Amino acid sequence: MEIGLNHYLVLSTILFAIGLIGVMRRKNLLLLFFATEILLNSVNIAFAAISHYYGDLTGQMFAFFVIAIAASEVAVGLGLLIVWHKRHGTIDLDTMSTMRG
Amino acid sequence: MEFYLYLALFAPLAGSLFAALFGASPKTIVAGLVPSILLFVSFVSSTVLLVHILSGGAVVHVEMMTWMATGDLYIPFGFVVDQVSVTMMMVVTVVSTVVHFYSIGYMDHDKGFNRFFSYLSAFVFSMMVLVMSDNFAGLFIGWEGVGLCSWLLIGFWYHKESATWAANEAFIMNRIADLGMLVGIFLVYWNTGTLQYEQAFAAMPSLGTDILTLMGIFLFIGAMGKSAQFPLHTWLADAMEGPTPVSALIHAATMVTAGVYLVVRAHPLYDLIPNVGLFIASLGAFVALFAASMALVNRDMKRIIAYSTLSQLGYMFVAAGLGAYWVALFHLMAHAFFKALLFLGAGNVMHAMHDELDPFKMGGLRKVMKGTFIMMTLASVALAGIYPFAGFFSKDLILEVAFVEHHYIIYTVLLFTAGLTAFYSFRLVALIFHGEERYKLFGIHPHEAYKFMLVAMSPLLLLAIIAGSFKMSYFEMVTQVLPELEYHIHHPVTFWIMTIGTQLFVIAAIIFAYRKYANAKVTVPDGTSKIENRLCYKVLSNQYYIPYAYEEYVVKPYRELSTVLWKQVDMKIVDATVDGIAGIIYGTGEKTRDMQSGNLSTMLKWMVAGTVGLLSLAVVFGLAVRYSAEIKAILSGLGV
Repeated sequence: MEIGLNHYLVLSTILFAIGLIGVMRRKNLLLLFFATEILLNSVNIAFAAISHYYGDLTGQMFAFFVIAIAASEVAVGLGLLIVWHKRHGTIDLDTMSTMRG
Repeated sequence: MEFYLYLALFAPLAGSLFAALFGASPKTIVAGLVPSILLFVSFVSSTVLLVHILSGGAVVHVEMMTWMATGDLYIPFGFVVDQVSVTMMMVVTVVSTVVHFYSIGYMDHDKGFNRFFSYLSAFVFSMMVLVMSDNFAGLFIGWEGVGLCSWLLIGFWYHKESATWAANEAFIMNRIADLGMLVGIFLVYWNTGTLQYEQAFAAMPSLGTDILTLMGIFLFIGAMGKSAQFPLHTWLADAMEGPTPVSALIHAATMVTAGVYLVVRAHPLYDLIPNVGLFIASLGAFVALFAASMALVNRDMKRIIAYSTLSQLGYMFVAAGLGAYWVALFHLMAHAFFKALLFLGAGNVMHAMHDELDPFKMGGLRKVMKGTFIMMTLASVALAGIYPFAGFFSKDLILEVAFVEHHYIIYTVLLFTAGLTAFYSFRLVALIFHGEERYKLFGIHPHEAYKFMLVAMSPLLLLAIIAGSFKMSYFEMVTQVLPELEYHIHHPVTFWIMTIGTQLFVIAAIIFAYRKYANAKVTVPDGTSKIENRLCYKVLSNQYYIPYAYEEYVVKPYRELSTVLWKQVDMKIVDATVDGIAGIIYGTGEKTRDMQSGNLSTMLKWMVAGTVGLLSLAVVFGLAVRYSAEIKAILSGLGV
């Protein structure tokens, strides 16, 4: 059986679902970052696959942008995380409720 | 001449605003003097305009500015001084100047002195707008303005329950009539396309009689309210709750004659519909008799004079209804002078008697109040229409009009009413100034009013005596715009019999009144005498039970209906709907507040939920667009 576009798209969807559930369920900030990375990369897979399918490089370029932005986001996020850990000694999400309305 | 027009118009407004500056401060004589002097300026300007018109000058017509201009509708603030409006301006400014100076003395001890002058001058300004406007819209502004000032001044002593009640009654009754008037104005605009008098009246002859009749009737309904004609007459007698100068100025001389002015002003319309004119004349004759009969037995000095005003307004409407517009205007002018004088005299008496109004409790006041006695007697003579006083010329003219026009029933009614008028006027004079000094029983020490008040009244006295001699020059002036109808009874014998007969009848009535009420036997009625228990006396003293009937059959059912509507419709439907919407929003807010827990995890869950929701919506709409044809087919199959 040849691996076709549909397989990539199904993989992407599965990874997206895993990432989404991770975003919803994780209480640890670090693992939340992992989950968002999974989300972003599932989209990257879809981009790359569709780009290859149409023979158009735009999608792949877009995937590179996403990777770059994800990297900087993680850099900022991890920096904040370290500061938070120094201040509070924990990175549990339930302790972050200063924005309670 | 334009300058004088603006001066005459705006001087009272300036006076009113000036007095209003002192509205909240304690009494200052300046607040009374300045408006009075400004009114005098207005009076002088009016006189200049009168001389200009009398000497054959052109009609002064100015357009101050545009008020409304949308599409075909064009209403300017335009003012016109012609023969008719200059008459009214003179009447208004003369009487109001006198009343202003008089009020400085009359309101001397009142806390609301400054406020009073502000209202009074505002009234004069509104009245000037009413009479000087060159279109129906401006007339209506003035009409409402005088209504407002009348309300303010009737309820001037607002701490008195009866005063506020009377003020509201007057306002509401006028409002009912004003609705009719507004409908009339709309009809005029609808059918002629303009509200300017000149164009509107020029367009009227080409309209159908039906529509003209409707216009005439609706405009007359407005006049009925302002001039207190039956069945909207009850407010005028109750309006006597206001200070006496107000009664003199507003409820005798000027505002209540606005209805007559309207009919005179709209004479090209009423000339086209003689049937409505006949109705106006008949109603006027009826009111003349009806009001005079109520004045016969009343025991309230001011109310007696108010009924007399009502009765005289009836006379004016007879003349106006029969097409003798200049006669109506002439009687309006003469009546304004002597009736204002009578009211101001009554004000002096009230002051002397410490606000006692029952003439039966007075008597013999001529010894202490000589000036007032002379003035009131002469005013009553003029009112009764004795030669050569003003009333003789104007009132006899109305009788002649009715006679010449072959309306003998109206003539008889008016002749009889003239007798009644003489009787009740002199009943009042006799009770107040002659006979025993009954006031001593009540421990009152009367005193004459200030000298300057009497001096202020003297121009009115002079005019009440000599106004009749203006008749011919007045006729020549005013018939340049009004139909030139001169009334001559062709046979001189008939003329002399009528004139002398009327005079004798009136004099007999006066003598009868004196014999009955000027003797020492008059006592304060206590409800036990034979005459007071007669049916006709009770009917008359209760004003034919009309106020009672209004209270019982109009006010009470209306109030009950209002209560039902309030409790059932307003509270249960309108309020409930509004409260319900507010409640739903509040409830949603309360419930969804928990979403803002500040917890990042929860927020993320909501974000996901939102994304899913939006995505599914996008899918649903995408599908709907793609299959729109099929969906329409299904829906039409369901009959939607």
